[in-house]
Amino acid sequence: MENKKRIKTIETRDLANSMKNGGCGECQTSCQSACKTSCGVANQQCENKKK
Amino acid sequence: MIHQYKLNGYNIVLDVYSNSIHVVDDVAYDIISMYNNKNKSQEEIIEKILTDYPNLTMDEVLDCISEIKHLENENKLFSEDQYKDIPLHKKSAKNVVKALCLHVAHTCNLNCEYCFASQGNYKGKRALMTYEVGKQALDFLIHNSGTRRNLEVDFFGGEPLMNLDVCKKLVKYARNIEEQYDKHFRFTLTTNGMLIDDEVIEFANEQMDNVVLSLDGRKDVHDRLRKDIRGNGSYDVIVPKFKKLINNRTKGTYYLRGTFTHFNTDFTNDILHMADLGFTQLSMEPVVCPPEDPYALTKEDLPIILEQYEILAKEMLKREKHGNGFTFYHYMIDLAHGPCIYKRMSGCGSGTEYLAVTPWGELFPCHQFVSDPKYSMGDVWKGITNIPLQDEFSMCNAYARKECKDCWAKLYCSGGCAANAYHASGSILSTYEYGCELFKKRMECAIMLQIAKQEI
Repeated sequence: MENKKRIKTIETRDLANSMKNGGCGECQTSCQSACKTSCGVANQQCENKKK
Repeated sequence: MIHQYKLNGYNIVLDVYSNSIHVVDDVAYDIISMYNNKNKSQEEIIEKILTDYPNLTMDEVLDCISEIKHLENENKLFSEDQYKDIPLHKKSAKNVVKALCLHVAHTCNLNCEYCFASQGNYKGKRALMTYEVGKQALDFLIHNSGTRRNLEVDFFGGEPLMNLDVCKKLVKYARNIEEQYDKHFRFTLTTNGMLIDDEVIEFANEQMDNVVLSLDGRKDVHDRLRKDIRGNGSYDVIVPKFKKLINNRTKGTYYLRGTFTHFNTDFTNDILHMADLGFTQLSMEPVVCPPEDPYALTKEDLPIILEQYEILAKEMLKREKHGNGFTFYHYMIDLAHGPCIYKRMSGCGSGTEYLAVTPWGELFPCHQFVSDPKYSMGDVWKGITNIPLQDEFSMCNAYARKECKDCWAKLYCSGGCAANAYHASGSILSTYEYGCELFKKRMECAIMLQIAKQEI
């Protein structure tokens, strides 16, 4: 966590940067896990070993 | 675009396009809000803050503004959308299939009232998939998966364990060919548990990367809708079987997966019941059914459900602190190493990289379209022949729906479930607004939980 006076910025993946090193497609298909009815993508694991 | 919310004592600011997350105090929260509304000059903002917070000095307010501007300059606040012109929403995903939902059994040994598969037969004939059809499906997957190495296959139904021998033979076949094609199969079994025995436990724990076990929670809740053919509840039969399976599981994941309905809008109690039974990987989904069904979620249920998600998050945090935490599927979010922008934009993959296969080898965009002949896409011998439909599904992504344009959650849900949108609005390129409200609350809770866990 990066400390400032009134604002703490949490460590997150840089999405803009992932334009360069993302898109390998090896990750799980969203609906293939537990839900089958109301899935999103945010809780999927990234499986790109080269990122 | 930003999204601000307060939850469990945290003031959270999400910067949508950079994926930055900030935890701020009240002063910064209010200043960011006023900047975002763009209806006040800096002088007016300072004046308002000094009025609202009389103990603050001018220098302190200016310092806070300086922090905010610094983040803006670093593209971590109020960042612009850099992704809308990435051409992935056209046809880039086409012709690459990486996951199949194999409907090995269109029949079921339970008669659950709310089943979207209409008691397992998807409003059609009862049938079991033959080995030959399943083998052809795996060949179809191998030959249409391009350079993707990880291939996913879900044994689904109906109840897949009613066709256990075929499941076992298909796994054996897949293991025999994966090295030759440099592929790795990941299998999932989704089961109601009725037929779990030692043979199933050995097979599931040896070969399944993931096992999804259907349990709705408390016995009375579960038994109300999940009954056998004679009308008896299934809770007492399946819970000991699930426990035995999980106790013998040494690798891979599992989920106890429940469905909540209008009859148990206090579903947190069902999740906690599962946790109290000793299960630690849990999932609970809102029922999918026509609005006229008695168990359908209503408009009046919505605020109750939203509150339940908050109660759940707080209880999970409490248990985490006491060393008896559990995971809830929708609150699993890896902030530092989560999915890339392509994944976040490209949607669930239904109708493109993910397909459902009926017992007869017919292809559909996903398991939820299987009953609808309009959505037939081809078969495992000829491949996808309904190209216009494939094109339509390849357009389903975070940028395809006008309703998502100004939504802060679009890069978390990627536009949502096409089947839910279709059932709610008649179009796969629309949204299921009720589901959106639930999703947004779940994301707010998931992010808060991650922030709070960093402080434990």
